[in-house]
Amino acid sequence: METLWFWLIAIMLAGYVILDGFDLGVGILHLWIANTDAERRTVIRSIGPVWDGNEVWILAAGGTLYFAFPALYASSFSGFYLPLMMVLWLLILRGISLEFRGHVTEPIWAKLCDAIFWLASVLLTIFYGAALGNVVRGVPLDANGQFFEPLWTNFMPSGQTGILDWYTVLVGIVALAVITLHGATWLAYKTEGELHSKSVRAASAIWWLVAFFTVALTLVTFLLLPHHFDNFRSAPWGFIFPLIAIAGLLGIAWTNGRKDKVAFLASCTYLAGMLTSVAFSLYPNVLPASTDRAYSLTVTNAHAGEYGLKIGAIWWLIGMALAVGYFRFVYGTFGGKVSDVESDRGAEY
Amino acid sequence: MQDALAVDRLQFAFTVTFHYIFPQLTMGLALLIFIMKTIALRTRDAMWDDAARFWAKIFGISFALGVVTGIPLEFQFGTNWSSFSKIAGGVLGQTLAMEGVFSFFLESSFLGLFLFGEKRLGAFWHWFSSLLMLVGSWLSGYMIVLTDAWMQHPVAYKIEPNGWFGLQSFWGLLLNPWGIWQYAHNMIGATQTGCFVMAAIGAYYLLSVRDTNYARLFLRTAVITGVIAAILQLYPTGDVQGVMIARHQRPTLAAMEGLFHTEEGAPIAIIGQPDVQHQKLDNPLIVPDALSFLTYRVWTAQVEGLDQFPQSDWPDHIELLYFSYHIMVGLGTIFIAILLLAAILLMRGKLFDSKAMLWTLMLAAPLPFIANTAGWITAEVGRQPWLIYGLMRTSHGASPNVAAGNVWFTLLGFLGMYGLLSIVFLFLVGREIYRGPGPAPAALTSD
Repeated sequence: METLWFWLIAIMLAGYVILDGFDLGVGILHLWIANTDAERRTVIRSIGPVWDGNEVWILAAGGTLYFAFPALYASSFSGFYLPLMMVLWLLILRGISLEFRGHVTEPIWAKLCDAIFWLASVLLTIFYGAALGNVVRGVPLDANGQFFEPLWTNFMPSGQTGILDWYTVLVGIVALAVITLHGATWLAYKTEGELHSKSVRAASAIWWLVAFFTVALTLVTFLLLPHHFDNFRSAPWGFIFPLIAIAGLLGIAWTNGRKDKVAFLASCTYLAGMLTSVAFSLYPNVLPASTDRAYSLTVTNAHAGEYGLKIGAIWWLIGMALAVGYFRFVYGTFGGKVSDVESDRGAEY
Repeated sequence: MQDALAVDRLQFAFTVTFHYIFPQLTMGLALLIFIMKTIALRTRDAMWDDAARFWAKIFGISFALGVVTGIPLEFQFGTNWSSFSKIAGGVLGQTLAMEGVFSFFLESSFLGLFLFGEKRLGAFWHWFSSLLMLVGSWLSGYMIVLTDAWMQHPVAYKIEPNGWFGLQSFWGLLLNPWGIWQYAHNMIGATQTGCFVMAAIGAYYLLSVRDTNYARLFLRTAVITGVIAAILQLYPTGDVQGVMIARHQRPTLAAMEGLFHTEEGAPIAIIGQPDVQHQKLDNPLIVPDALSFLTYRVWTAQVEGLDQFPQSDWPDHIELLYFSYHIMVGLGTIFIAILLLAAILLMRGKLFDSKAMLWTLMLAAPLPFIANTAGWITAEVGRQPWLIYGLMRTSHGASPNVAAGNVWFTLLGFLGMYGLLSIVFLFLVGREIYRGPGPAPAALTSD
């Protein structure tokens, strides 16, 4: 049962990264790709009706994590106290700048909102990457399953670690490249004309960076943290996940500029492959200890009572089936290139 | 870490109080917008559509703020209250996760459709989106109230072998009687907020002699809905809450009422300042025997005072609890009076010309926010000293590994951030009110 929940939460988190990833990527890119106010509005309109729903995935994943693995929720949220609070502030600034940009027609207001939207998107992406880096590297858990990390210590990924060290910063920068590419493929899919060709060019330029980083980060991780290779050794079928990621990455290069929708889906595939590879290598740990492996939080010592997990599986399946239905409906209603569409709230974007 | 505990509490209190300004407005407006869209669908009168569109803008701004200020609350369960979360997550995680899975997806999807899709969806599906927005936001409220209700009145749980609380019965948790009544009371409170805000803007337009057709429509919708809500707020929902507190949270009732000594035929104090040190009320203005009757339906029944309970079980802010309860009840009574009078004037066709009533309605807009906030303070301060009533004390719930300095850092950050949000909110809503509900001039729509 707890293994099932491990994978359900991994899927929800991957869903979050894929969905909110493209609107984060749009936030990172829009200052370069869209130069006039009209272009900016087109870019923002491409995510306007969906970004809020995308962000809900992290809330739903967080709630599910809380209910299935309360000890993990308690330990990781209090241990990552500072970066999580900063993520909250960035989410607030980002949501507000995006949602309220169109409410005032003054150009100076739009410029301010664009700048905040960009900055919050960049920092959030780096923080999320660094957070993933922390989980992969492990945290200094004590015998009670608790830890507290300051923002940084000596930037080394061992001993009394901070949130930021050279390894987690590296993961943050890789995340920035990956999410930027993801956003570029979304924009290429949703826009036409000048915006479209700029997005395609951006995607092909960043692709090389992402390809390089993917290889480099994989090598660094296995040199620094060789135990992450154990699961692949004992269950070689797990190589399917990195293969999916590689297929996605090659797929982007293959279709970028020719089949926009396929290129975007390939980017989704790449992200899904990368994240499931990480989940596969972590299992059964949910939060590895850097201090003593025995202190690690695992699916076995962190999960809630059996009855609750079983009941939860029933309503979770119903709820998520409904959610997928809404998403299909929303994306269907707002499908197609955005510049074809006359927005109902034209005055607001 | 005792010194962090006070800051943990302060931060949660501040962030949750600020947050609840917005959901009470959006849950109330969701109902009123749905009513407007229903009338629009039946009468095909474009004015009701315009009116709904105007309120949807204010709804959208408030909803965005409700979402962004809501996330920190769910996070704080883990960040600041990790001991509590670890032990209670197996139960409380159910309702919190269900809120995410069942209502957030619904709300956010159909809000997007409602705000952006009026032309694409057509009249029926746009109406349908407003219905699902209502269902989503009210369902969200239910899950949150259930979460609180379990902390007020824990049911359907068992103690797992490792000492954590686990779920015993799913339906027991979902149908917690405390939760059902608290929810009804809370949602009616939110409806009143929506009604008072709508009536205030209607009154403002009438008094400023602009958009008068819309103003009348707002006033009619708000006053009729509001008067029903104001009465339901008192009876049965408020009444049942009081009886439940008398049964399950006995020290809380005594503290709320400022009843220090056990009495037969206990009075209700309408005015009076509690002096906890000397265990008395200063300058009390009382209704004799009323508390006994309201609690036990017998004028001479004995009501336990605080002297019946060990001081360690007293709520730790008796003054705050006493005043927030009295403010809530006092304002609730004033709301009934204002809205009954307004409804009578409306029936006689005099409301739109009654300057005094229009001024009253315009100026009353902040009051329901205060009443709802005071109600929640009553519930949460009244739950003290327990985090989970009778099971876990608040002092045992905080994160042991997060130092006070880190919490001060983030609390000050929230103060700054929310100060900024307040300014943006007032500015944007003010602008929408100034623009008004009428069809926009051509220059704005030709984008």
